[in-house]
Amino acid sequence: MDPVRLIIVAVGGQGNLLTARVLGEAALASGIPVHMSEIHGMAQRGGVVESSIVFGDAQSSIISDSEADVLLGFEPAETLRALNRCNKNTAVITNTSPLPPFTAAIGKGVYPPLDRMLDLISAKTASLKAFDALKLAHEANNPLGLNMVLLGALIRSGIIPISADTAKQAIKDNTKQAFLESNLKAFDLGFEAAA
Amino acid sequence: MHKLLLDQPGKEMLVLGNEAIARGAVEAGVACATTYPGTPSSELSLAFFQMSKESDLYFEYSTNEKVALEVAAAAANAGIRSMCVMKHVGVNVAADALMTLAYIGVKAGMVLLTADDPFMFSSQNEQDNRYYGKMAGLCVLEPSSLPEAKAMATYAFELSEKLGEPVILRTTTRINHSTGAITLGELVKPNIKGSFTKDPFNLVAIPAVSRRLHTRLLQRLAEAEKITDQTDFNYVQGEGAWGIVCNGVSYNYVCDALNDLGVADKVSILRIGFSNPMPVAKVTEFLKGKEKILVAEEGEPFMEEAMRSMAQEVGCTIPIKGKGPELFSREGEFDPAGVRKAIAGFFGVDLAPAASLDLSDLPEIPARPPNLCAGCTHRAVFYEVKKAAEDMEIMHPTDIGCYTLGVLPPLSSADFLICMGSSISTGCGFSKFIDQKVVTYIGDSTFFHSGVPGLINAVHNNHNVTMVILDNGTTAMTGHQPNPGVDRDAMGQEGYNRISIENVVKGLGVESVTVIKPYKVQKSVDAIKEALAYQGVSVIIAQELCPLYAKALKRPAKKPFRIDMEKCKDHRLCVDALGCPAMYVENNKVAINAEQCIGCAVCAQVCPEHAIVPIRD
Repeated sequence: MDPVRLIIVAVGGQGNLLTARVLGEAALASGIPVHMSEIHGMAQRGGVVESSIVFGDAQSSIISDSEADVLLGFEPAETLRALNRCNKNTAVITNTSPLPPFTAAIGKGVYPPLDRMLDLISAKTASLKAFDALKLAHEANNPLGLNMVLLGALIRSGIIPISADTAKQAIKDNTKQAFLESNLKAFDLGFEAAA
Repeated sequence: MHKLLLDQPGKEMLVLGNEAIARGAVEAGVACATTYPGTPSSELSLAFFQMSKESDLYFEYSTNEKVALEVAAAAANAGIRSMCVMKHVGVNVAADALMTLAYIGVKAGMVLLTADDPFMFSSQNEQDNRYYGKMAGLCVLEPSSLPEAKAMATYAFELSEKLGEPVILRTTTRINHSTGAITLGELVKPNIKGSFTKDPFNLVAIPAVSRRLHTRLLQRLAEAEKITDQTDFNYVQGEGAWGIVCNGVSYNYVCDALNDLGVADKVSILRIGFSNPMPVAKVTEFLKGKEKILVAEEGEPFMEEAMRSMAQEVGCTIPIKGKGPELFSREGEFDPAGVRKAIAGFFGVDLAPAASLDLSDLPEIPARPPNLCAGCTHRAVFYEVKKAAEDMEIMHPTDIGCYTLGVLPPLSSADFLICMGSSISTGCGFSKFIDQKVVTYIGDSTFFHSGVPGLINAVHNNHNVTMVILDNGTTAMTGHQPNPGVDRDAMGQEGYNRISIENVVKGLGVESVTVIKPYKVQKSVDAIKEALAYQGVSVIIAQELCPLYAKALKRPAKKPFRIDMEKCKDHRLCVDALGCPAMYVENNKVAINAEQCIGCAVCAQVCPEHAIVPIRD
């Protein structure tokens, strides 16, 4: 299988690493070779957390600039910041609810307007799916389920060689029982939103 | 049961690189594991710690890497297989012990895991620890993949026993923090009962003994040279007149690049997994019939220089290149595109790089630097020291931990840092020669790690410094590992003794010792003022639990605060002086994010209008 390269960017605490974990387990269950890498050193101190996942026949676990097939962004400004990882054929999926960095919150730097950010991403890449994943997570009665909403949207895109059933089984195997129902609900809402 | 203890040979499992190594060690029957936590090695230690609660494995978080190595060395000299885990810079701390341990050797297998950090994702330098193998005369193994990391972790114990020497297993961040599938192997029952036979003329490193042991070490190294030439961890792949030599993760980038460039049939790869000593016969054989050779290795030209020297021995003069302009850098880490470009350039292959996007019209995106957490006790202390020293000029040597983040504005409380424990000792040096008052910062774990000798030095030589010990009750930066000052009963772990920092400091003869509770601002400021006025060594111990750790311990939460808009006169002192991430400015007014605020109340005490008040519901 030709490699499919996925970058996930998020802010510490948004559940990036769990999403990567679920995707990795789902790939393993599907018999698809998978290599993953993460940078999480500052995850709990407001920094950016990035996962790279390479599905298919490749040995590298990281993805160079301009070489992502899919960019999944949990926060719109971080999606924009990661555009250097994309090329004109890259598919982008992003949450639109902003989490301004502290620097912007105290007036040192300006958080770019959402519309402008989405226009730029859309103009430069092959496709953009943007929606308020946080709202859907709340709908699923799980404010922490933002990552599951975005996972659902990613699977719906069809770019990642993993079925919805396999992904859901991996969610069942890898998330806490107390959140299971709302996680699956969040996944479904994301899956629908990306239709 | 811990997943890495599963007795199901053949089972495939998705794991982190650090977990693959832990499993490899368990399959080798490791019975003693020691560590000082450090990224990117921390999860390996955590896996050992968790497993030790459910098995016969002895594990400890040691005070520092030298101590960890010495504990493991003793176990291995009592016939117990041991593993010692640290990050690359940790080996600098352990190096004194390591160099002579190589002379003494081991009775049972002993593995030193060094997790190197090219690009310094969370480190203060990017040293290449293969040179430690060369300096000590010890074997170095370098895995390229997770299955290999596991296999090497197991094999390293056998190799160690065969040679009677510790073996260095060297990884990089992209092995430790990568995730992939491994296949579980058989578990063996570890030997947990050691014995010691007195043999001082082989085990006590006095000059007369060491002279003989050095000879023996060199003999063992000669034996290792035979093994490295035969091991399957060093292998040739493909045929072709172009040669590429690679190690570790660079091997993966090379393989992918050759496929991408469509030149796999023209290239022959020598993959080195056993890199010290380098395999002379294999390298010499590899040189034959090659037009030119590219050495792809992150970090320093370790293999490149060795290969040139081996080529010189056999009169081979083909180009052997690696580091250089247009080739590989000695800085940072590799990535697939960079390796592809270097290979294409060196061998003259056409390269069509993925077209990068024109991003010149992107708006400026505000930076997202890591920040001290909302309610972090360190922030309060930094503020209080500044407040107490308002009419003084202060210089701050700092140390390794979360509080290093105090370097950023608005706190700006870090002026000099080289390594663990250096705050107080460099503070001694600065205080002798500069006019500013020297106030040093160090965390509780780092104090025990290597701050104590510096403090002894300060007291003995009567330096004029103030040492602030930021005791947040845990080793916060690396993920809340215990240290000798931690209350492990509160963590649900019995059988440990807790060392009082205050007693240690007083025991060293410090006469000005003050314990403050940093959430009480004015009291703290007053106490710090007194300490600063003291001529000689004064120590302030700031005690308050790390808020993340307090949350993990399920300590009762306090009410979050809000801004009373009627009272707020918009001084912004709260925002400008503290930089707490729970605060933000909206419509030109300061506000507090109640979800982030932990109710530490420091900002409320800073506000001159008392406009920051708890939310009452």
